Amino acid sequence: MRRLRVATKAPSQNTVAPPPPTTHFQGEVEHGHDHDDHHVLQHHFDDMDQQRESISLGMWTFLMTEIMMFSGLFFCYALFRWKFYDAYLLGSQQLNITLGTINTFVLLASSMTMALAVHAAQTRDRKRLVAYIIGTIIFGGAFLGVKAVEWKADYDEGLVPTISWDPTHWPTVHHMAEDKHAPAAHRALAQQVTSDSSTVPDFKHFDKGPDGQLRPQEVSVQQVKMYFLLYFCMTGLHAIHMVAGILILIPMLLMAMAGSFTNGNDQPIEIFGLYWHFIDIVWVFLFPLLYLIAGFHMFGGGSH
Amino acid sequence: MVSTSAEGLGLTPRTPVEVPADSAEPENYLNVTYGVKSWLLTLDHKRIAVLYLISVSIAFFLGGIAAALVRINLLQPQGYLLSPETYNKMFTAHGILMVFFFLIPAIPATLGNFLVPMMLGAKDLAFPKLNLLSWYLYIIGFALSLAALVLGGVQTGWTFYAPLSSQYTNGPVVLVALGIFIAGFSSILTGLNFIITIHKMRAPGMTWFRMPLFLWSMYATSLIQVLGTPVVAITILLLAVEIIFKAGVFDATTGGDPVLFQHLFWFYSHPAVYIMLLPGMAVISELITCFSRKPVFGYRFVAFSSMAIAVISFLVWGHHMFTTDQSPLASTVFSVLSFLVAIPSAVKVFNWTATLYKGSIRLTTPMLYALGFIGLFCIGGLTGLHLASMATDIHLQDTYFVVAHFHYVMVGSTVMAYLGGVHFWWPKITGRMYPEGWGRTAAITLFVGFSLTFTPQFIAGYNGMPRRYAMYAPEYHVMNVLSTAGATIMGLGYLLPVLYLLWSLKYGEKAGPNPWRATGLEWQTASPPTTFNFDRTPVVTIGPYAYSAESDEIEDAHYDMQRAQMEYEAAQAKIAADRRLSEMSDGHTAEGQEMIAKATSQSGDEEAPRGH
Repeated sequence: MRRLRVATKAPSQNTVAPPPPTTHFQGEVEHGHDHDDHHVLQHHFDDMDQQRESISLGMWTFLMTEIMMFSGLFFCYALFRWKFYDAYLLGSQQLNITLGTINTFVLLASSMTMALAVHAAQTRDRKRLVAYIIGTIIFGGAFLGVKAVEWKADYDEGLVPTISWDPTHWPTVHHMAEDKHAPAAHRALAQQVTSDSSTVPDFKHFDKGPDGQLRPQEVSVQQVKMYFLLYFCMTGLHAIHMVAGILILIPMLLMAMAGSFTNGNDQPIEIFGLYWHFIDIVWVFLFPLLYLIAGFHMFGGGSH
Repeated sequence: MVSTSAEGLGLTPRTPVEVPADSAEPENYLNVTYGVKSWLLTLDHKRIAVLYLISVSIAFFLGGIAAALVRINLLQPQGYLLSPETYNKMFTAHGILMVFFFLIPAIPATLGNFLVPMMLGAKDLAFPKLNLLSWYLYIIGFALSLAALVLGGVQTGWTFYAPLSSQYTNGPVVLVALGIFIAGFSSILTGLNFIITIHKMRAPGMTWFRMPLFLWSMYATSLIQVLGTPVVAITILLLAVEIIFKAGVFDATTGGDPVLFQHLFWFYSHPAVYIMLLPGMAVISELITCFSRKPVFGYRFVAFSSMAIAVISFLVWGHHMFTTDQSPLASTVFSVLSFLVAIPSAVKVFNWTATLYKGSIRLTTPMLYALGFIGLFCIGGLTGLHLASMATDIHLQDTYFVVAHFHYVMVGSTVMAYLGGVHFWWPKITGRMYPEGWGRTAAITLFVGFSLTFTPQFIAGYNGMPRRYAMYAPEYHVMNVLSTAGATIMGLGYLLPVLYLLWSLKYGEKAGPNPWRATGLEWQTASPPTTFNFDRTPVVTIGPYAYSAESDEIEDAHYDMQRAQMEYEAAQAKIAADRRLSEMSDGHTAEGQEMIAKATSQSGDEEAPRGH
């Protein structure tokens, strides 16, 4: 081993020096809870800027994970929309566009009140902040209420895979069986469903269509089932996020009433706002992809 | 037995000479508060790291038991111990426990949790409460999965391929999947915490390119955790939906696509391989450079290779599906992209070996693990290329060749790195040295046992032995007996560190702040550190690896001189004191007589004044 034994060699004492230090130190450690101001600086941050930036970046990173999570579902949606395009149109036509549209505007309104709440917190206006948070909760709750009404209708109309699945109860299927303007595939399926609901058409093989694209030859009930499965997964996951948002917002309302966010400590409202807007944006994508792909016509308007 | 002191390694400990060894322990993160509550509600990243260390060790132990049962069963071609059904449950339990509850959290959540703030010069991670929450999520997920694995057992393998997992299994797959789902959020929170901490909490002067390479790898790992884990979470949810509602996107009977499951699963799980491997590389970069006493070769290349691995890892998942209906074009693209991963991996290996070149190498326990890592990782990585080539993969798919390949990467590399890291930072975590001789013995035992276990599996797999069967053709008998024998040695290699590390908690030599004379910020504070890591916020002025053998010698000399000087002065003082004492007691001096007179006249509760 290569230790140098120079302790006995006195003359070398002046020639050797310790290596330069890799670090030096500045300042005493500060576990600063600044009691005079209402800015609550946590002990492990050096200053408010660092804390604000960290929390903000943390929320954006969390939203990235949320995007990746939803994108798994969007990928499945895209894949099966490509495979079962006609079935998607048929399924989409069973939804209530009116309620969906109302809900979209309700949710956009909640996003607006949320944005106003952030502004109220920044301008330290406690009354308005409380009002806007209440508004956000009401609009969010209204969205969930309308959604619940829709799901109940879906249940009654036999649109819920496995739990309540009955094509003969679908709202448009009887009209479609007689509608001359509906696409042939849809009409055939509707006629089949209405004439004998016990036989479920089989999943057909892919064929190359006239446009050179692979398409299933006819729409089957199973393909529509896939649409509704994804419809419930996507709107369900979205609704879970809404519920979580409202559950967080209620204690924030109580804190806002106590004046916790209008004393300069407005960041929690801003951070929650990011989350709320994110849920809103998810719905902005879900609404056209699920409700509007067949167009506003009653039957088959958006079909190729 | 080899000397257990750091001096025996050719490194002079930097323990301050003036501190007597038997003085009371100064306040540190371990003794600042006591009691179960102070641990379960702690927000200190170091304590949470210790909680994780204990939890992942339990997961490793349980997963190891399952592996032992599997290996014992394979002693005979017809099965030795277990029914085929139990065998399936055992290898599934082994895979799930090891992958989701040991390998993924092992290095990031224990060593990473402990070291990321310290290496940055920060007091804690950016979000201490999220950090604690992540441990609780891990525990809840672990408990759920473990209960399901023990009480019911699933036979799907850790990959949960549909429709095996959805239509043909009778075990509590949903419960196991729920456990993994919850543990996934633990992983996301850890990654998120690291990303924000590395971005925002670097000490003054700690630029990106002054960060230790450990942090670069940890950052790359965190990116994968944050971007990949949510995808497997939603995949698991879709699988649960399919099982509960008996209709789903993976169900071919309703127009779904089972291969879609494989795509979504591997979109996360192949990057997850790098969640397990990159932290191992992070540890190795630190060990190699410290025990070569040389700055790491090509710092920026090693740093960027971590990022490159993280990015490319998201583009290679299709190489798990060469034998499905995946189009030849897609397979070709995935094959080429998989080969690309070899480039940054090789950059790391070459840079590590270049760091060794002309270094003054110290064969300490951590270094033995590190050298073992390089060798085993090369074998594991290069056999991966056989599997990334479409033609050879057709032959090797689902054989023991695959098993051996990923065990070389997961166990031979990651677990070796983990153990190396645990030994390296053990003095920092506990304040005590482990017994060096036992450490080296265990490292060598592990290497020998590992090689004996998995090398025969390459041969058996190449000859066509399929994986995941409880029975096999008699021609593979010899290889399996060898493999089980090796596993026994390997088990010993795992048992030894548990015993001597626990022993060292009480009997180990006190380590001092920097027993390895390493350069990271974490070594510039006490061992164990105080709750806030540093007395003052450190300011960084140079890069992370200011190692040089010359400066070691100078430092050794300086240290020796200092110590000799102090010993000399202490001896002089002692002689003088003795002389005075004897003179005083004999009453030879006027001063002494005066003192004796004074002492006898007083009641005794007052100390005699010192005369000058």
